[in-house]
Amino acid sequence: MREFDYMEMRVPAKTQYVGVARLAISGLANRVGFSYDDIEDVKIAASEAITNAIQHAYADKEDGEVVIGCALYKDKMEIMVADYGRSFKFEEVKEKVGPYHEEEDVQFIREGGLGLYLIESLMDEVKVLNDNGVTVFMTKFVSREQVNDHAETISF
Amino acid sequence: MDFKLDVVEETGKVQAILQGEIDAYTAPVLREQLDGISISEGTQVELNFSNVNYMDSTGLSVIVAFYKSVVANGGDIVLTCLSERLKRLFDITGLTDIMNIEVRKVISNNERI
Repeated sequence: MREFDYMEMRVPAKTQYVGVARLAISGLANRVGFSYDDIEDVKIAASEAITNAIQHAYADKEDGEVVIGCALYKDKMEIMVADYGRSFKFEEVKEKVGPYHEEEDVQFIREGGLGLYLIESLMDEVKVLNDNGVTVFMTKFVSREQVNDHAETISF
Repeated sequence: MDFKLDVVEETGKVQAILQGEIDAYTAPVLREQLDGISISEGTQVELNFSNVNYMDSTGLSVIVAFYKSVVANGGDIVLTCLSERLKRLFDITGLTDIMNIEVRKVISNNERI
């Protein structure tokens, strides 16, 4: 038997579906047995990836689609967000993003570019594949106590 | 998935109460409504987050833009009633050190007894 359950959603690249996908992912994360805080982390990270896919990849196309795949393991959840639009240079983008610094003057602080940074901060592993579009793979592990508490939640 | 902004304006004071989820879909609505608030020298602005149950970087961007605009116009701005979750988002992104933020006052279980 496979060691994970896999589910996939294909949603139109429109922002009104980010919340719907987030709700579904939240339900799946709950099924895996994540804590309340971890579920909130997963919701934000997934929303960021989906928002990126919608906003960057389909800037000049109306009929794009975003594919969201979720693999549920006993002790972790993997989320894949893929678009088949324009690709971007992850390393290049990464250099331009990141947290703010105390010494920054309010007038000069950036107003964007936090999405990728948040994904990396909130998930345990993040991988980006740049090939005919962008695919973001992210993994969140269930913390030890939670695994024990919810060991019976999923049976394989 | 719903979002609502209530704005109470008095002389020299503005209280904006954010409600619902702030994401890629609702952030532009929030941006537009915040842009409609007139700020002059000395205006005291409160952004109340007590009823915000979800926010991501799209919301942060709008808040950062509004915060800058208030300061640029000589006003004072404070973010109030943030849940621990929301506060964490500002902590991770380093905004806590730059912005004026007040955490939601919650009576802990111990205090309640």
